[in-house]
Amino acid sequence: MNIVNILEEIEKVDGEIYERLSPRRTAMKDFFNMGKKISLAALPLAMGSLFQKAYGQTTPTSVTDVLNFALSLEYLEYNFYNHALAAPVPTPIPSGAPLAAITLIRDHELAHVNLLKGALGASARAPIPYSDTDFTAGGTFPTVFSDYGTFLAVAQGFEDTGVRAYKGQAGFLVKNAALTTALQIHSVEARHAAHIRGMRTALAAGSAVYKPYVSLGASGQANDSGVPQVDAVYAGEDLTVQAGINIVGINGTAVTKAAAVECFDEPLDRAAVITIANLFLMPGKKLS
Amino acid sequence: MKNTELKIKDELQEESLFNGSLGRRSFLQYAGVSAAGLALVAAGCKKDRGYTDMNSGATLDFKDDFGVLNYAYALEQLEAAFYIKVASAPPASFSAAEKAYFQDIQFHEIAHREFFKNALSTAAIGSLEVDFSSINFTDRASVLGAAMAFEDLGVGAYNGAGIRISNTTYLLLAGKIVSVEARHAAYIRDLVSPGSFATAPQVATATALDMALAPDVVLAAAGKYIKTKINVINL
Repeated sequence: MNIVNILEEIEKVDGEIYERLSPRRTAMKDFFNMGKKISLAALPLAMGSLFQKAYGQTTPTSVTDVLNFALSLEYLEYNFYNHALAAPVPTPIPSGAPLAAITLIRDHELAHVNLLKGALGASARAPIPYSDTDFTAGGTFPTVFSDYGTFLAVAQGFEDTGVRAYKGQAGFLVKNAALTTALQIHSVEARHAAHIRGMRTALAAGSAVYKPYVSLGASGQANDSGVPQVDAVYAGEDLTVQAGINIVGINGTAVTKAAAVECFDEPLDRAAVITIANLFLMPGKKLS
Repeated sequence: MKNTELKIKDELQEESLFNGSLGRRSFLQYAGVSAAGLALVAAGCKKDRGYTDMNSGATLDFKDDFGVLNYAYALEQLEAAFYIKVASAPPASFSAAEKAYFQDIQFHEIAHREFFKNALSTAAIGSLEVDFSSINFTDRASVLGAAMAFEDLGVGAYNGAGIRISNTTYLLLAGKIVSVEARHAAYIRDLVSPGSFATAPQVATATALDMALAPDVVLAAAGKYIKTKINVINL
């Protein structure tokens, strides 16, 4: 086994390998010192520790990873709306304003897909076709495309998840040109979410209200969607302390707990978003 | 105006001198001059403008994250002042649901304003004086038009400012707020014209991207609602 060969192989996929290693001379020194003592069998383990030190916890989540993650979610959303509109038996979305809104949102998701695909170029992930998806979420929402109310409830879950997902990735794009684009998509997802919440309120015709913003649920829980199956989408949305500052009644104002929850949207990290997204993907097609 | 500018310049000079290492003698020398200068400006204010408010100007220094956060604080002050006025006396044609949502939004903006005030602490700019003389608060269309302008402007402002923020925590906080502003914007746009929650030109048709606006563009648009002079430096 020749370490130089290994490094050359790594260089093919990571042009910065030597830069990653060189500022960490102790990592290299440790490795070579260790090499005098260890047996051949233990070498792979030693290599692992070398690269652990080289990449370590400072491994940047690359911009490519962030954009591909976003692209996966946009494919999912696009397929969801497009299937509702274009299936052999389309979802019974009332014609007029509701159909126009869902069509606009579908078109936006497709535009996001194309934008991200264009930005990623050859690094773009493989497309997710409709056949890879399962919007019944393994039977949780069997009427997702045949019942308008269920369709809207799942749509709200997707949009609110999208908002949280982009927010959760912002930190990986600090001072990066891709940040602005991500933010510009992020706020569009929030606009979609607000409108779909309004569509649900209109459909409920007085029996329920879904505020344009994420509020507290009827029993004070984080999930205000009225759909307990999507609790994961709203986990932690009920935060009322921001950067150590309690928002409830801040500075003697009349800001209630509900208002404090509503006025800040919370992020979701990649793992939490993937767990949600995978509910809607076929076995063998899930994100990792 | 001239007095304000003078004073700001004086303050900035003072700040930069304090930050540098300064000999004891030259410090005292400077302090004496500075105090006299400030007193002169204050006297001028009293004579010309009828008040001695030392906070009659606000400086947004974009050299670091605090400048960006103060920029957000300025916009939140503006929005909060607007919604407080609307919520306290909404146009007669507002429905019960609309009144309730404008109450909510009022508290959201108050919370944002107070959050920035506390987070910025001593680095915070003062309270801005607003000018809503161009808005007819009894007229539904006038109120909704202004609300839409504020919300869309807010979204564009946060989207455009993100790239200026270095600190991950601050960036995330801005992100937590901007999506709420976008939700407000969508709601209000739908009140103005049903189905316009994310339509062009606010959301571009081809790319489906929201606006991202530079601070000078935003401040120029917001300027007609702000009486306090805002000085922008290091943009």
